[in-house]
Amino acid sequence: MSDLRSLYQEIIVDHNKHPRNFHGLADANRAAEGDNPLCGDRLNVYVKVEGGVIRDIGFVGSGCAISTASASMMTESMVGKTEQEADVLFERFHTMVAGSHPPARPGLGKLEALAGVREFPVRVKCATLAWHTLRTALKTPGSAVSTE
Amino acid sequence: MKRGNEVLALQAIPPALDVERLREDFPILKLKVEGKPLVYLDNAATTQKPRAVIEAIRRYYTTSNANVHRGVHALSDRATRGYEEARARAARFLNARADREIVFVRGATEAINLVAQSFARPLLRRGDEVLITVMEHHSNIVPWQMVCAHTGATLKAVPVTGAGELDLAAYREHLSPSTRLVAVTHVSNALGTVNPVREMVGMAHEKNIPVLVDGAQAAPHMKVDVRDLGCDFYAFSGHKVYGPTGIGVLYGKREHLEAMPPYQGGGDMILRVTFEKTTYNEIPYKFEAGTPNIAGAIGLSAALGYLEGIGRDAVAAHEQELLDYATEMVGNVPGVRLVGTAREKAGILSFVLEGVHPHDLGTVMDHEGVAIRSGHHCAMPLMDALGLPATARASFGMYNTRAEVDALVEGIWKAREVLL
Repeated sequence: MSDLRSLYQEIIVDHNKHPRNFHGLADANRAAEGDNPLCGDRLNVYVKVEGGVIRDIGFVGSGCAISTASASMMTESMVGKTEQEADVLFERFHTMVAGSHPPARPGLGKLEALAGVREFPVRVKCATLAWHTLRTALKTPGSAVSTE
Repeated sequence: MKRGNEVLALQAIPPALDVERLREDFPILKLKVEGKPLVYLDNAATTQKPRAVIEAIRRYYTTSNANVHRGVHALSDRATRGYEEARARAARFLNARADREIVFVRGATEAINLVAQSFARPLLRRGDEVLITVMEHHSNIVPWQMVCAHTGATLKAVPVTGAGELDLAAYREHLSPSTRLVAVTHVSNALGTVNPVREMVGMAHEKNIPVLVDGAQAAPHMKVDVRDLGCDFYAFSGHKVYGPTGIGVLYGKREHLEAMPPYQGGGDMILRVTFEKTTYNEIPYKFEAGTPNIAGAIGLSAALGYLEGIGRDAVAAHEQELLDYATEMVGNVPGVRLVGTAREKAGILSFVLEGVHPHDLGTVMDHEGVAIRSGHHCAMPLMDALGLPATARASFGMYNTRAEVDALVEGIWKAREVLL
């Protein structure tokens, strides 16, 4: 039970039940679709970027608790970030859940609740789906991404 | 006459399985996962192996290993005999007319690909149709898509009802003058639905349409009699009937196999090779190019022998009882919706828990030592038709118990506790 709770922390369960920024974005100028075909997880990320800064972000889709919570928490962490800062966050997050030498202090604040995912290797791609999708949206607007 | 009645009466009530005793035959079932006894409920993906199978493979490699159909030496003779005895056992298992109607392949997937390439591809023309169903496993979809892409034929699929049964009226309508082949699963791997294949073969044969039956999920759960079914081809995998991976069986009616070109070229499938002309071997060897999976065939033979020793009717009755119990117990958990409620089912319980994704359910279950499958079960078109991204699936084998069903139910409650 203890390490199960390390995966499914209260904050993750909460974000899964009540995902934040769970909507499309009428004035988005970047978007991408992410897909984990093996899981059936699928989500769309919409971003409004102005002057290199993420002004607004939303997502829609369906997936497991890990992918939904990760997407929800990611959107919260991204508003107001520059594209470069978003890139740094992506790298830190990726290292935290999937890197071979994750730092003791990832410097990710609330997102560190997802660190437990690294103990569940088959679930890592659930946690990273939204992040890969966001990265795709920022780099190549409008295209699909798969973490398979 | 009296004697016949007695025999019938005996067959009607199969002897109860001594499950606790037969569990002793499966070394892996003693494992602990996360400190808890393994509860293995993913038998539709693959079954565990009894010691008889593990031993048969070990014995083959320690006492008989040699190539088959070649050497004149003692070991080659022993290996050949073991391999051909396995073929004879598979023929009896399916009640085929002759051993040569049994082709050894890697598994059901390769069997279907073989039929698609060697039987269907030469036959199909633009405008022809291959008929499958919405509930097929990808392995009974993609080989037909590939062959249709090559030939210009069209792939059609018979719809399923909300309960997960085939719409037989729609099936009849789909059997058109353009239909050249029907390929249907005997038992749905995602829902457990048992399809009325005997009736379906009859309807197709009225129009001279041959039928392939994908028996991967049926062979472990029920007696299969290809002569009674009347099908033209039947495919199953060794690893789903308590045998090793990498070995499977394609049954084909002799007249079809004889008329078909080889699937792959190589050694063993030829009688004589010159650079001008090659004469192919007889069936079934024509379809078994290269050194076959000899140890696999011998392991499969041991598995079929083991299954028959336990008694296929007894296994079927036990699994049916477990399925009924699981259907009731899982169905009673608040928020659970059973997916696939066909009148005839075998060994498989698919379900969703409202508010909990099947993958989270699978992870929580794993933490409790309970192995289930979550996902689309390699049947994405079926999931699309049901409007579900995924389900959780518990699938039963001969060694599962009511206590393990209880562990499954406890796992669902645990998932509710953690995630809701």
